[in-house]
Amino acid sequence: MDFDETVPLSQRSEWADVVPLTQDDGPNPVVPIAYKEEFRETMDYVRAIYFSDERSPRALRLTEETLRLNSGNYTVWHFRRLVLEALNHDLFEELEFIERIAEDNSKNYQLWHHRRWVAEKLGPDVAGRELEFTRRVLSLDAKHYHAWSHRQWTLRALGGWEDELDYCHELLEADVFNNSAWNQRYYVITRSPLLGGLEAMRESEVSYTIKAILTNPANESSWRYLKALYKDDKESWISDSSVSSVCLNVLSRTDCFHGFALSTLLDLLCDGLRPTNEHKDSVRALANEEPDTNLAILVCTILGRVDPIRANYWAWRKSKITVAAM
Amino acid sequence: MADKLEADKHVRYILMAEKKKESFESVVMDHLRMNGAYWGLTTLDLLDKLGSVSQDEVVSWVMTCQHESAGGFAGNTGHDPHVIYTLSAVQILALFDKLSILDVQKVSSYIAGLQNEDGSFSGDIWGEVDTRFSYIAICCLSILKCLDKINVEKAVDYIVSCKNLDGGFGCTPGAESHAGQIFCCVGALAITGNLHHVDKDLLGWWLCERQDYESGGLNGRPEKLPDVCYSWWVLSSLIMIDRVHWIENGKIVKFILDCQDMDNGGISDNPKDAVDIFHTYFGVAGLSLLESKNN
Repeated sequence: MDFDETVPLSQRSEWADVVPLTQDDGPNPVVPIAYKEEFRETMDYVRAIYFSDERSPRALRLTEETLRLNSGNYTVWHFRRLVLEALNHDLFEELEFIERIAEDNSKNYQLWHHRRWVAEKLGPDVAGRELEFTRRVLSLDAKHYHAWSHRQWTLRALGGWEDELDYCHELLEADVFNNSAWNQRYYVITRSPLLGGLEAMRESEVSYTIKAILTNPANESSWRYLKALYKDDKESWISDSSVSSVCLNVLSRTDCFHGFALSTLLDLLCDGLRPTNEHKDSVRALANEEPDTNLAILVCTILGRVDPIRANYWAWRKSKITVAAM
Repeated sequence: MADKLEADKHVRYILMAEKKKESFESVVMDHLRMNGAYWGLTTLDLLDKLGSVSQDEVVSWVMTCQHESAGGFAGNTGHDPHVIYTLSAVQILALFDKLSILDVQKVSSYIAGLQNEDGSFSGDIWGEVDTRFSYIAICCLSILKCLDKINVEKAVDYIVSCKNLDGGFGCTPGAESHAGQIFCCVGALAITGNLHHVDKDLLGWWLCERQDYESGGLNGRPEKLPDVCYSWWVLSSLIMIDRVHWIENGKIVKFILDCQDMDNGGISDNPKDAVDIFHTYFGVAGLSLLESKNN
């Protein structure tokens, strides 16, 4: 880039032949957009070349200037693509351009769609690069929805599954509460062509998840992930002793939130788990109330107390428990 | 701490906000003025002040944003068409009861033309796919009474393929459940009479888990911060699946009210941040949903 951004476009000789097009807002626009002078001028010039459909190197540079001012301007992204195609521009350079824009603001759909458009043209050779780019963005915001979406697309369309489960682990080590990382873990074990699928991975994943739960039992994501490992297999869910064991383990602790352990135990009971004396004692130890013979109902009562903001939900769960269940 | 909705202040905020020439917010909103207009106008309507703006001027500006050949609407004059702005345009016309000025055939063809083989929808000719666009297309065609122009069954199939094991929905198959995407998917399923694909108990629980005990506010995903816009995404989703009573009503109302700027009007994403039209709209809309539920 060798243009001087501080010089107004109207004073640059390069643009002397262009008549800028002003925007007609109408007399009293309902949301009249107030413009900074520099922005207004840049928009007037880019509007002019957009309407004259000039697909030139200077047009490319002008779209860059515009996008630096407002990376959400989707029309300019579109036009830039047309210019890139017309010029047969180096798309590896384009990846770098996108990374520069992303430094200021990576939270817009247009930038990510543009990135995908470029990466798709470059093909599987850039799989590693796309994973590296999203990794950098995620290092600043580990739950960045666009970055995760792009990462999933990259794996699906370009490949690179080999290290993904390790990457999820890395993120979960940094923050075991990262719901996006848990979601990605599920994505990998169910879709990676290199792994055996959910059932094949279940045992090792259950073991992994239980460790995570014990690290911090107040984690909605890890408990949900545990249940998701038993998708469509209720029998295994209720018969796998490690699942009910982790509930008991957490309930015996006095230093943590019991809500998710209780709700998981509730789900198990409602799905047919036959409670042992250990289960009953563990729950009754938490009960301030007169212990009900129906363990699931007692669990709901306790939940209404330990998770009071969702009292209505736990009351509804209680109402759904048929007396036939223990 | 606020105990009521400062309606007059919000109306003033909306009518005056955009006049600040140096405002960065104004600068970056240029390309989505159609959305901004929809948020502002709908809020005025909810507060019974739609008459504060000139209907004719708004409508004629909206129509300048329609692309002659494509049929879709752009975010502003001189921009490309996109379903996002097409929906806002149609919604604005509906607000003013001016749908009759539309060439319905043209607009609906634009939208229908963006449905893909797998039932999903692209946002525009450049091909970005997201369940947001499924909702937008279905909502827009429903307003125009042209749902028969798309393959509804395939559209539903695609949305269902984005359902996750927590009962929620993401932007594409396998993507993380997110309250905004959930609103879009549940909304699309509701409009097309396909709510039986939703596990209402499971999703209802996921949605009510969005409520933070401390602040009473709602977040969009586990372990994220509460944000007023989720008052809309989460509450309307819960209402569509008949489970809004699982949210603690008083606390969410208090959270929204605490996000008001008591001096200059407008609502922000949380009590500490600056206001904007987007959050003003979602805060007022969320409150109106709760009010109508309670009446």
